[in-house]
Amino acid sequence: MKRLVRTILAVVVVAAVAVAIFLFRPAPLPDVSVAAAKLPTGQALIDRGEYLTRAADCVACHTTSGGTPYAGGLAFKLPFGTVYSPNITADKQTGIGDWSDAEFVRALHQGIDKQGRNLYPAFSYAAYARMTTEDALAIKAYLFSLPPVHAEAPKNDLGFPFNQRYVLRFWNLLFVANGPLPQDEKQSAEWNRGAYLTEAMAHCGECHTPRNLLYGLDNGKKFAGAELQGWKAYNISSDKTTGIGSWSDEQLFDYLSKGHAEGRGAATGSMGEAVDYSLRHLTPEDIKAIVAYVKAVPPQVSSDKAIVEAQPPATLTTSIAYGPSPDSVAQGGLGLKLFQGACASCHAWNGEGLQTPYAALRGSRTVNDPDGTNLIQVILKGAHMTTPLGKQAMPAFASAYSDTEIAALGNYVLAHFGGKQSAITPADAAKARAQ
Amino acid sequence: MSKPSSSPQKVTSRRAFLQGSGLLLGFTMLGAGIRPGFAAAEPVEGDVIAAFSPDAFIRVDSDGKITFILPNIEMGQGTHTGEATLIAEELEVGLDQVTVVDAPPNEKLYTTALLGGQATGGSTSMRATWEPLRKAGAAARTMLVSAAAAQWSVPVSECSAKLGVVTHQPTGRQLAYGALADAAGKQPVPSDVKLKDPKDFQLIGKSLRRVDTAGKVNGAVVYGIDVRVPDMKVATVAACPVIGGKLGAVDETAARAVPGVRDIVRLDNAVAVIGDHFWVAKKGLEALTITWDEGANAKLSSADIMNTLKAASKNKTPIMARQEGDVAGALKAAVKTVEASYELPFLAHAPMEPINCVVHVRADECEIWLGTQVPTQAQGWAAQVTGFPLDKVIVHNHLIGGGFGRRLVAEYVGQAAAIAKQVSYPVKVIWTREEDIQHDLYRPTYYDRLSAGLGADGLPTVWIDHVAGGSVLGNYIPGGWPQDKLDDDAVDGAAKPPYDLPVIQVDWVREDPPMPITWWRGVGPTHNVFVVESFMDELAHAAGKDPVEYRRALTKNQPRAAGVLELAAEKSGWGSPLPAGSGRGISLHNAFGSFMAAVLEISVSPAGEITLQRAVVAVDCGIAINPNTVEAQIEGGLIFGLSAALYSGITFSNGRVEQSNFHDYRILRINEAPKIEVYHVKSLESPGGIGETATVSAGPALANAIFAATGKRLRSLPIDRNQLKSDGADKTSVSMMPPLAAPLLAVLANGKERPETGVETEAETL
Amino acid sequence: MIALNVNGEDRSVDVPDDMPLLWVLRDVIGLTGTKFGCGIAQCGACTVQLDGQPVRSCVLPVASVGSRHVTTVEAIGTTQSGKKVQQAWLDLEVIQCGYCQSGQIMSASALLERNPDPSDSDIDAAMSGNICRCGTYARIRAAIKQAAKA
Ligand code: FES
Ligand code: FES
Repeated sequence: MKRLVRTILAVVVVAAVAVAIFLFRPAPLPDVSVAAAKLPTGQALIDRGEYLTRAADCVACHTTSGGTPYAGGLAFKLPFGTVYSPNITADKQTGIGDWSDAEFVRALHQGIDKQGRNLYPAFSYAAYARMTTEDALAIKAYLFSLPPVHAEAPKNDLGFPFNQRYVLRFWNLLFVANGPLPQDEKQSAEWNRGAYLTEAMAHCGECHTPRNLLYGLDNGKKFAGAELQGWKAYNISSDKTTGIGSWSDEQLFDYLSKGHAEGRGAATGSMGEAVDYSLRHLTPEDIKAIVAYVKAVPPQVSSDKAIVEAQPPATLTTSIAYGPSPDSVAQGGLGLKLFQGACASCHAWNGEGLQTPYAALRGSRTVNDPDGTNLIQVILKGAHMTTPLGKQAMPAFASAYSDTEIAALGNYVLAHFGGKQSAITPADAAKARAQ
Repeated sequence: MSKPSSSPQKVTSRRAFLQGSGLLLGFTMLGAGIRPGFAAAEPVEGDVIAAFSPDAFIRVDSDGKITFILPNIEMGQGTHTGEATLIAEELEVGLDQVTVVDAPPNEKLYTTALLGGQATGGSTSMRATWEPLRKAGAAARTMLVSAAAAQWSVPVSECSAKLGVVTHQPTGRQLAYGALADAAGKQPVPSDVKLKDPKDFQLIGKSLRRVDTAGKVNGAVVYGIDVRVPDMKVATVAACPVIGGKLGAVDETAARAVPGVRDIVRLDNAVAVIGDHFWVAKKGLEALTITWDEGANAKLSSADIMNTLKAASKNKTPIMARQEGDVAGALKAAVKTVEASYELPFLAHAPMEPINCVVHVRADECEIWLGTQVPTQAQGWAAQVTGFPLDKVIVHNHLIGGGFGRRLVAEYVGQAAAIAKQVSYPVKVIWTREEDIQHDLYRPTYYDRLSAGLGADGLPTVWIDHVAGGSVLGNYIPGGWPQDKLDDDAVDGAAKPPYDLPVIQVDWVREDPPMPITWWRGVGPTHNVFVVESFMDELAHAAGKDPVEYRRALTKNQPRAAGVLELAAEKSGWGSPLPAGSGRGISLHNAFGSFMAAVLEISVSPAGEITLQRAVVAVDCGIAINPNTVEAQIEGGLIFGLSAALYSGITFSNGRVEQSNFHDYRILRINEAPKIEVYHVKSLESPGGIGETATVSAGPALANAIFAATGKRLRSLPIDRNQLKSDGADKTSVSMMPPLAAPLLAVLANGKERPETGVETEAETL
Repeated sequence: MIALNVNGEDRSVDVPDDMPLLWVLRDVIGLTGTKFGCGIAQCGACTVQLDGQPVRSCVLPVASVGSRHVTTVEAIGTTQSGKKVQQAWLDLEVIQCGYCQSGQIMSASALLERNPDPSDSDIDAAMSGNICRCGTYARIRAAIKQAAKA
């Protein structure tokens, strides 16, 4: 009996020690010399790094609106608190200026900072773990070629137990892969390139794949869509109804490379940023590769109601650019009134967009989602996009319009442009404001 | 030929302006001013040369061309038409026979008596020129007729003038003014002339076609922003976003790389990019990396300013504006006392034409093209910045695409001159709308505390109004407004409400906000009448009386006020039933020498959204020189005031203005505008001002209508529509509530909540 | 070089593709009747017509005009509806400062061109994008109706 107790005790102690070692042992640094040797030097390295930094869209998270690129400080409101992106310029005090190559690669692959502390997975290292060491080093070379910016990011605001960083080692065990994305010999070179760009670089799944209870990506529902920071990342699996299965390759190509596609509307919110900061800078071949890969992802039927019917609603087809059909006027009310004043002169009553195709609403999921999630966000916060014909922007209407007005406008737009019955409430608008 | 003879001016700071005669906007000075240059005929730079130039305003050339040089500028308010009508009436010409031009800067000749400077503002133009311009016309006509009589050797009494022609009645001989111009110029200028009896007016009182509009339907007229001079480049500018901050470092590299960018010019607190056209200048400006030295206001917020103001209102010793009767005694004796406090926001002017100015600084002189309400001030700014004497600063004034007070300040001329000084070519500086909203000189915020004691009949036995806010006038006076002196504008509309209030105290606590401020359409009265008329409604409510009935009882000795009150009540159908959720609000005032009552009818949805249904305005503005223009000004002024009351407020956070363009500084649109009816009370009094009068009426009529519709008293502007929700749960955007439930809920809600700042106290029965 | 047809005249302008038509008209061609009010398509002061349809020239990149004919307020009097609108504007004394009115007239004449008898709600739909700071809305409505009858 005593022996049994002792054995159990011993097992418990050994297990505890093992767990403690697992949790608190300093993570070893990878050897990066082999990869480094394979890289070009000088400007060629920096150029490669710049392309990859864009492809990985580092700037989107590491820059506040109006702030210096890569100086960090952007707040991420997660279900369990707020974390701020760090400064990743080469500033020695506040940035990553004194990080070694190995430390940088470890951060990208394992989510561990210079001091050995675990980083929060708001930083998409679970995706970057699939990046090659060479590419990671090139990114560092580019970041270090930029002028250092002295900027202290605000302190994270997380409660217990989420402020206990070591817990993340369990998480990493579950959700972070080891080593770069392997080539799938059964697939084409284009597909493989697309897979690498999508998974390791553009980290599309970080937004578009739903997360499980442990905040890990639920890859069983890959690209089925998710909601974060008050915006919907739509289903981008190949499902014909709820995903992008019915989009032509050309539409996808345009959407990713220009931020809008004929008949599909324009990218706004985080997707707009992803295009603006990242995707539009990629080569046409790389965009095509992404399209090839994404289209091959198996369909996931999601419960999302943001479905664009093949036949646009009559309100839309009977309106002309400069005037609504009588039907659509009859829907009337406050929403119509607001649309007349602040919206119609860009978006056009037939949804084609007047001065620019970026204002086209016809066929956009945002105006077909009865939840109105992204619609309300874009009305409140506006949108902007750099295009071949200059910057296109929609102003943010949050401060001069009431929640009641925003909700009424949302309902009107969904009815007129999407033929959707919706019931956005002022409370929904108020909630969206807070996000 | 003498050069412009404005008195020399020295600009000492952004705040300081117009010394010498100073721009003294004292509406109480009505009638006390000097006459503008009557009989003076010295030609000035930019003057119109003609054979017959009897005074500063009238030119008749031998070829028959008649030109009026008008002392006040046209910014849409119809001044050119009105002033031309005054001259034409007495000169005996038709409006279609004359050309009108803006006066060049000349303080001696074109000073607006009511303003004490060459300026257009405060609804003073017609009041100030009513006599002088008619006398000018009459004098010139007298000289023309005398010249004709002399030529025919007949008595003057046998000759008469009509439509630009003098006729010898007995013989029917005729001479046109053109033919008489030379001879008339040699006639003595009469020292005294008799003006027409109003019953003989041919033009005054008729809705004549405006003189400034023909070129406004086809793009032909030239506003300041449209001026193009040879070799001109275009600049746009960014001033420090924090009030009072300075320019730090500027990285120009990217901006220089924009093709078409010519120069990048640094000023103390701003940086400008000059390019071949506005677009390239704007792109260049966006490409700059600018570091600002934010200075003392880097943390300033609207809440700080309001808190300071509230503290000042309570703790500072006020300056008395008016005190009559035994205030303390009457308060003690009151059956009931009512108290309330009101808050008003900073306001931007946002005229449709953004701020702009063309300047060419040459070796020894400077030429300016712009539209301004204050041409001599513009001249003064340029002189100060360039160091040239005033007579080396040539100002071309243009039509104005909306002023509303913004162009009563010419600080941006100083900025434009400072930019142009650094380059050799002429520069047109255009502010983006964002710059216009964020670097306006704002109508200041106010905090007013009112109290009244009511007698047994419910009428006020004592009225107390503690006004608190900045001195707008102080921004115009070198060295600022004296600390211990009353700024009449601060209490204009509060000191003399058109009511029988035997015991009254109105005082003012001065607390200047940390940013430059200026007038805004309706000046003092827009602020004060909102407070006075809201409170008057609160008193009526406290007394259990109908708001019109209550005012009627208080205007027994105010015939002109009573006149418009009755007319507005009658025409609006005051008292007739309205659908649930609807209400009528009234406001009554006597601003700018006119009397106005406005009834606004609105409906408020259960979600708190307001629909402006109908406005009925009764006005007694004395003789209406052009009734159609009076109506247009009332319509427009009302819309302007409603737009502000519903939507406008400039707020600060971290020293920066939070609004930037029409998406967040919202303007009322055509589909929100109410139907407006205007009714005149016929009057033979001298004309009162009308350009701002209805703006004054708008805010209080709206707040009172909201109370009538919802039972909720809103004491701060802009209206917070969130407070008007009666559907409570916020569940739906479209209420499913039966219409009858809304007022019921409103009553319940009202019964539950104590008004936040309004306090009614029943006096204990002794 | 970008080819444009403005008020019936062929022109070519040497400007960047993304330059808004507004500034090409005002600063390059010299047609200053079209006004700048906001630069973000919120006020309508910059309205011109492309093949008779009203557009906000402040956000219209010049390169996207293509072969469409640009009509500005300077030439709107040559169209039937434009002429009627101008006359009604003068007859009813719509105009105050006038700065917004180029845009109002361009929007109103385009409305009449496609809808000879507009109702109040048609007017709301067509004119609410045009801000008038002077508040001439009631007269704009009345003048459109008068022009429709003319
Ligand atoms: S300037 Fe184009 S809409 Fe305002
Ligand atoms: S007439 Fe002045 S803005 Fe419309």
